[in-house]
Amino acid sequence: MTARIDIAGITRRYGDALALSGVSLTIEAGEYCVLLGPSGCGKTTLLNIIGGFADPTGGRLTIGGRDMVGVPAAKRPTTTVFQDYALFPHMTLIDNVGFGLRMRGIGRAARNAKAQEMLYLVGLKGADRKKPSELSGGQRQRVALARALAVDPDVLLLDEPLGALDLNLRRSMQEELKAIQRRVGATFVHVTHDQEEAMAIADRIVVMNAGKIEDQGPPERVYREPATRFVAAFLGETNFVPATVRQGRLHSPLGDLGLTTAPEETALTVCVRPEHVGPGRGAPGRVKVIETVFQGVHRRVRVAPEAAPDLHLQALLPVGMDAAPGDTLDLRIDTSHVTLLPAGTA
Amino acid sequence: MTRFAISAAYMAVLYAFIFLPVAVLVLFSFQDGRFPIPPFQGFTLKWHLEVLSDEELMVALRNSLLVAFGSSALALALGFLAARGLATSELPLARTIRAALTAPLSVSYLVIGLGLLASLNLAGVGLSLWTVAIGHVVINAPLCFAICTAAIGPAQQQAERAARDLGAGEWAVMRFVTAPMIMPALVAAFLLSVTFSWDEFIIAFLLSRFDVTLPVEIWSLLRSGLNPKTNAVGSLVFLISALAFLAFELSARRR
Repeated sequence: MTARIDIAGITRRYGDALALSGVSLTIEAGEYCVLLGPSGCGKTTLLNIIGGFADPTGGRLTIGGRDMVGVPAAKRPTTTVFQDYALFPHMTLIDNVGFGLRMRGIGRAARNAKAQEMLYLVGLKGADRKKPSELSGGQRQRVALARALAVDPDVLLLDEPLGALDLNLRRSMQEELKAIQRRVGATFVHVTHDQEEAMAIADRIVVMNAGKIEDQGPPERVYREPATRFVAAFLGETNFVPATVRQGRLHSPLGDLGLTTAPEETALTVCVRPEHVGPGRGAPGRVKVIETVFQGVHRRVRVAPEAAPDLHLQALLPVGMDAAPGDTLDLRIDTSHVTLLPAGTA
Repeated sequence: MTRFAISAAYMAVLYAFIFLPVAVLVLFSFQDGRFPIPPFQGFTLKWHLEVLSDEELMVALRNSLLVAFGSSALALALGFLAARGLATSELPLARTIRAALTAPLSVSYLVIGLGLLASLNLAGVGLSLWTVAIGHVVINAPLCFAICTAAIGPAQQQAERAARDLGAGEWAVMRFVTAPMIMPALVAAFLLSVTFSWDEFIIAFLLSRFDVTLPVEIWSLLRSGLNPKTNAVGSLVFLISALAFLAFELSARRR
């Protein structure tokens, strides 16, 4: 069971505040879509609108071709894994998981069988008779997932589902979520503010900011070629270097940043990921180390290039390479991995 | 040591002050004599048996139980529905509505009784056990509403949201999620209402005519003077109140 979601020009107003302004998005059937953005960007509002917990002020929403505006949550082909799990504390796990089937008039034997299968799917075999209060946070999360999946929804909505878990558990749950999604085949829409989680799990990342979609696409594309400066800064870290095109080359305060096909004399912003600044000869050349942080897999340094001392750069150096504040190094930007954006606020 | 003695004495006096009247009442219901006053002349069950064989008292007792359980069930239903409705929907005047629903708790029973009497006269409704029950719903519904409102918090609202998401209609949400989640509060509200209705006198007196509740019947017994029989029936009232209160305590402690 799976369905495509079409969102066209959805707007949501709360009094004077505009939580969503004209959001349009198509999520393909069976896709794992992650809505990513800082708090207050409208991602949860969008999820609530898809799930039927909030009505859009304007715009259209269809799931599997059916118009959903005005349809109550109970009648939608969607179920939700809530941020706080919202398990029923007075019911055993099997009754929690079987609740949706009970509401659909399925008999006890059939729904218990299905609930057991779902508890097995999420790795909670044999815990049928426990109450939610006997479980750890991670286990409750799994029950919430099993409960939402038990009714074979076309679309599963996940509202910051891993937010309350510790880092290790979060990473392993990410893999499991992805594997479960592959197995059940439903369309998953997952809200988070954790970029790493989004990149690890998504088929499609939708980056939102201030009620609008900034960029969307496969994680690698969104990370490597961000559509806007906001996306470049929000998904990982980016150095922004101003540049101008002269004779088909990018001229920046740091030096020549390579060939470009952009029109002559346009002012651009070059986005450079810290991992693409490494030891070597070229732009920016000689730099002075200001700050270093040892991070295990690499050493993060902040440097001031001699060519433009005010334009600090972040770089990731191999751990074997010594760098202490005050040292001078020769660094080079790998220009084959930079992204060009129009100069200015964008 | 003396401090302990003083504390203990203080406590003994305090409890005596609270429970002595009841103890005296119960004791003299066993009085083998014509008057429930000292000295205690010996032990007999005569008065208790007389109470149990008194047709009018037994009818009044049955009436009281009917009114207590019936009006409490209705008061609880109304209070619960109002509390849930206000917790679930975002009404513009929710605070005001909530205040207006709990305010009657501070109005004296005499005023409520007189008001209802006037209203019923105006509406041309004759006095009966039904009107007594209405009066008791009026005093107990705000109590049930207050207890239910306190019990419904974010946890209930989140669970209700999840239930709706899984396909539950409003009736199913209430039946399978909200009510079971706040069951201890519902039981407590019901039992408290029962005890309040059970020994309520003024409203029952003002709003009844031929069929009366036990407190009203006892009051008319008292007009013909004290005798151990009134003590016996008082003991009976106390016993039932105490049982209801005990049930309330037990239900409250389970959580």
